[in-house]
Amino acid sequence: MNSAHNLDNLTEFRQDYAIIANWLKFGCKALDLGCGDGELLRFLQSSMEVRGYGVEKDDSNWLTCMQNGVNVIQMDLEDGLSGFEAQSFDVVILSQTLQAMHNTERIVQEMLRVGREAIVTFPNFGYWRNRFQLIGGRMPVSKDIPYQWYDTPNVHLCTITDFDKFCESHNIRVKERLVLTYGERINFMPNLLGSLAMYRLENK
Amino acid sequence: MQENSSVGLVAPKIAHFTQPLTLKSGEVLPAYDLVYETYGTLNADKSNAVLICHALSGNHHVAGKYSENDKYPGWWDNLVGPGRPLDTNRFFVIGVNNLGGCHGSSGPSSINPATGKPWGAAFPVITVEDWVASQARLADQLGIEQLAAVIGGSLGGMQALQWTISYPERIRHALVIASAPNLTAQNMAFNEVARQAIMTDPEFYDGHYYEHDTVPRRGLRIARMLGHITYLSDDAMGAKFGRKLRDGEIKYGFGVEFEMESYLRYQGDKFAGEFDANTYLRMTRALDYFDPALTHGGDLSAALAKAKAEFLVVSFTSDWRFSPARSREIVKSLLDNELAVSYAEVTAAHGHDAFLMPDPHYHDILRTYLQRIDTGSAP
Repeated sequence: MNSAHNLDNLTEFRQDYAIIANWLKFGCKALDLGCGDGELLRFLQSSMEVRGYGVEKDDSNWLTCMQNGVNVIQMDLEDGLSGFEAQSFDVVILSQTLQAMHNTERIVQEMLRVGREAIVTFPNFGYWRNRFQLIGGRMPVSKDIPYQWYDTPNVHLCTITDFDKFCESHNIRVKERLVLTYGERINFMPNLLGSLAMYRLENK
Repeated sequence: MQENSSVGLVAPKIAHFTQPLTLKSGEVLPAYDLVYETYGTLNADKSNAVLICHALSGNHHVAGKYSENDKYPGWWDNLVGPGRPLDTNRFFVIGVNNLGGCHGSSGPSSINPATGKPWGAAFPVITVEDWVASQARLADQLGIEQLAAVIGGSLGGMQALQWTISYPERIRHALVIASAPNLTAQNMAFNEVARQAIMTDPEFYDGHYYEHDTVPRRGLRIARMLGHITYLSDDAMGAKFGRKLRDGEIKYGFGVEFEMESYLRYQGDKFAGEFDANTYLRMTRALDYFDPALTHGGDLSAALAKAKAEFLVVSFTSDWRFSPARSREIVKSLLDNELAVSYAEVTAAHGHDAFLMPDPHYHDILRTYLQRIDTGSAP
């Protein structure tokens, strides 16, 4: 049932999953913050034999992670990562969760304390379709930002240029940056034409 | 609908051990008995056994009833049975009464073969490590080389944790629920007040009350009342009793006026009528002494370095006697050792007692984790 639909979702998800997998070393130790249903970790475990842990706050997501065979630690990212030793992970991933964090600076700093590398992905607010909706006088609602302004977990939406500046001012080195729209890589005017931003970060 | 039923009628069994057991204190138990129950069927390769460790006042009677007329089933009946989270269609479940107990295993109230009289105060002080060693011998006797899992809440969780340290090769999964890597000073202080209540009861006779044909009821009663206060949260007590008056009016006296008082007295009386004071002293001491990090300079991660099991750690938000913060310490040490661990912090109002409640989300957590455990051949 509904397999065509699921397959669509799968191919779509896999593009950013595949890029993340491509950025990881085989068998590395990864921490996925705000891991949701655990699909990314499950994918990384099966494709890259990643030794992974997820962090998730939501009860029902926690259960789905468990069903997906991933290790999951229930905690609120806003409380920081004090339960994790410094430099104890090869990589710490924050996939499409940055925009929902209240304490943005702290979580990025914590990621780079706990991990030797951080991977951050977020919906680019500077994407032309978002700008277009704003010009039309409305807050953007799209597949990547599927919330009405009055009912959204997103509190810190930013553009690619904003995040580049953030890294610069916080002494963070961008090892690699990749921008996607509908799973396609965007090299030309990414802040205008890209819908999903993906960053590999490390401390300077 | 999903099958979900009790294990039905059960009967305890007794295992005799004639090989002396050297305890952590240095004392030696020359021989001892352990009373236990089992539910479900041990499979051909004996890979589906799950041990349930009890807490302070528990025993081997985990599930089922002894007769159709029994008013209550075993103490964790809501967890164990066909289709229940710990599914007896898949698992062979063992409940055991710990050494020093008062429900059939060798303890202060059982007969010391050397004297022909009850051990009384002469029964040695037992530690969590000693319990785990004796449980491993029970597994030996049942022909089980490796347990699929050890599960316990509170003091039972400490035993599950200790299993992974004492016998890393003999346990595949540890479920450590509402527990702690050791007791805080405040937690130990409650134990000390409970013990003082018992030991200062004139009918305690330095632990030899059996010879005087009496029991320190008043002490046990107060110990249990104190315990019950700490096992519940302020909110749970408020919701259950609030300031409700039993007879609807204030009487300006010292009898039972508030519902809460009635509850505490009932619980205290019930307990004093069925539990042994010397056992209570020993159970609280086992709690106090548990501290696997002690021999590793206070470093719990070092203490767990030999552990190999996979872990599920569960805590409850309103549990202030074994708070989530203490469970997170365990999780941190397991992460430091790169062990497989999942941690759930259950939003619950019931305080420490929550680990025995059939909260749907809590049971889903246990069910889902237990479903992940490979049990090899079918029973």
